Amino acid sequence: MTDAEFLLWVRGPAFNTALFIMLAGIVIRFLEILFLGRKTNLAEARGSEVAGGFRTILRRSVPDMDSFHRSGFTIIAGYVFHIGLFVVIFLFVPHILVFERTLGISWGGLPSNIVDATTVVTIVALLAVLVHRIKDPVMRMLSKFSDYLVWLVTILPLITGWMAFNRVGLSGATLIGVHILSVELLMILFPFTKLSHAFTLFLARWYNGAIAGYKGVQS
Amino acid sequence: MTVHGTPGASPGCGSDTPCNVPTGNVTPLLHEVRHALERWLDAGEEYAIDLRGIPMAPGEEDQLLGTLGEGEVRADLSLTGKTEVVETRFPAVWLVTHYNADDTIIGRFIEVCEMPAILTSQAEDARAGLEFLENLLSENNLQ
Amino acid sequence: MKKDQTLGETLRQQGVSRRSFLKFCATTASLMALPPSMIPVIAATLEKARRPSVIWLSFQECTGCTESITRSSSASIEDLIFNAISLDYHHTLQAASGSAAEEARDTAMQENHGKYILVVDGSIPAENNGYSTIAGISNVDMLKEAAAGAAAIVAVGSCSSFGGIPHANPNPTGAVSVSDLIKDKPIVNVPGCPPIPAVITGVLVQFLTFGLPELDHLGRPKAFYGQSIHDRCYRRPFYDKGLFADTFDDEGARKGWCLYKLGCKGPTTYNACATEKWNDGTSFPIQAGHPCLGCSEPDFWDAGSFYRSLSTPTENIGKTAIYAAAGGLLAGAIVGSALRGRKQSAVKAHQRVTIDDLDKES
Repeated sequence: MTDAEFLLWVRGPAFNTALFIMLAGIVIRFLEILFLGRKTNLAEARGSEVAGGFRTILRRSVPDMDSFHRSGFTIIAGYVFHIGLFVVIFLFVPHILVFERTLGISWGGLPSNIVDATTVVTIVALLAVLVHRIKDPVMRMLSKFSDYLVWLVTILPLITGWMAFNRVGLSGATLIGVHILSVELLMILFPFTKLSHAFTLFLARWYNGAIAGYKGVQS
Repeated sequence: MTVHGTPGASPGCGSDTPCNVPTGNVTPLLHEVRHALERWLDAGEEYAIDLRGIPMAPGEEDQLLGTLGEGEVRADLSLTGKTEVVETRFPAVWLVTHYNADDTIIGRFIEVCEMPAILTSQAEDARAGLEFLENLLSENNLQ
Repeated sequence: MKKDQTLGETLRQQGVSRRSFLKFCATTASLMALPPSMIPVIAATLEKARRPSVIWLSFQECTGCTESITRSSSASIEDLIFNAISLDYHHTLQAASGSAAEEARDTAMQENHGKYILVVDGSIPAENNGYSTIAGISNVDMLKEAAAGAAAIVAVGSCSSFGGIPHANPNPTGAVSVSDLIKDKPIVNVPGCPPIPAVITGVLVQFLTFGLPELDHLGRPKAFYGQSIHDRCYRRPFYDKGLFADTFDDEGARKGWCLYKLGCKGPTTYNACATEKWNDGTSFPIQAGHPCLGCSEPDFWDAGSFYRSLSTPTENIGKTAIYAAAGGLLAGAIVGSALRGRKQSAVKAHQRVTIDDLDKES
């Protein structure tokens, strides 16, 4: 298979398949969680579930000082690479074109050289996070194969994307093709690994907040 | 649209919109000429720079050629298409421009040497000329 | 012109001075991006080169490649290359026709067996030999016969290099490239739709001077196809900064910004357009405001629309998304119900422990 054929395959049937698996997977996981539901609380409601749910979603986006003191590095590095991922994925014009094709809506992007610099920062943050996971004894003990797999699948698109933008090493078609393939790998694994936290976090926070709100305590 | 720049040089963004992306290649090129001139004076070493394919915005090429300028010697050659050989303001630094028969530039070189090879007379051409002259003279004798 | 003459002798006979010849060597070295120090080498080699016989076969083609190579309205330095070769057979350019032309071809092939250069433009229909014939001979047969006695084959244009437009989906004639059919001769692919004229002549000169050029993985000479358009494009600074034209003739387009969003295939296309340009260095598609089509790459007709960006998917994903959502809902409902059922059975199976049970056990 030539590099041109490879690129066409990843842009064509491979992307189709990956998108199908990802979307279907998200819907399935969502329904699994909803169907399992929560135990009915037979006590009388003392506060609002809805208000509690929304409050927790917002409040947990900011860490409290105790957590910060205990795991400051994880929080800072985590924020860096999450914000970096957001900038790289959603504010880079060639990516916005993909969303435009998929969702039909479009928005402005950042200058590409700024995104390029952000990519480097994000890669460094991810490497730091891995080093921490390996060196910290508790993290090492808790880590399983899927944790490392998820890390790899997240950093690969960043590295291959940086290589494609900066035209390092391989032919143009190969660089772009490998990058898109790495994203498709991420898409396929997304609903079935802890990467799904991207959408389940809202459910989790909601449930916790709703329970607290129902009980009438701070959420 | 006729192009007067060296083939391969970047064009700019249109004749009525300024190209605001300079390449900064002019100064390094002039330094390269300086080093070549030093070597020629020290050791008689000849050197040539092919300007084709060196990306330059049109303003920059004019800047380079303007800096080199024109000195004491200018030769216009009629080959297949004309060729201009100019000694720049800097002696021993020559600018050789090759044109096609329809006056488009097909090559441009900066040569640091005593004289560009294309100016010197070629033995083969002289031999052909000698034969022609001999024929001319023998014809005249017969008349 | 005698065929055994060297190129130098031929040029002198035509009244081309050695000075003119040196000019030709200088501009040719420049064209091949060789350093000026190579000019004497080129001059010495070319002068002694024997005029090779060239047989040019045209198959399923539009004649654009021939048009490209003959784009010299006035006598130009590149005309010299035609003086350097003995073009013994060419449909469009030759004066002879009919059986006389075919006899000339046969004679040239026999006299120069093993030494002539075979130039091919146009694709070859391999499935049904009747789709394209010349003088009753199918393209496949003519190619195989001519290839057998050739020293090397130059496939000019995307059709002979990769199949070109006849090869595009659904390829009704079963068109294939030269390298699909001939496996035992060196083949140089010079693709483009059409290739840049200077590249065609440059490859022939390179061949005469240095023999087979260094080829990339698609059989293209690296001297002309070693760099992508993207890596030599004068609009690259705009790509790097993220300044793109959104539509044709909008503000960004008029400012000369990058054409990535309009579907430019520059990043995946390897050719000399960005440096060599067209019409003696006048311009090239991107400079004229149109995104690169990728015409020197295989199957560029089927590479997912000229006007769709390289980063975007090529298929109809709106449909995929709907199927995925529907399938997910169905599967999710089934799985969810199953899980819920399991949870409820677990609840039912939950045995309550009373104090009497505890008393019994102790």
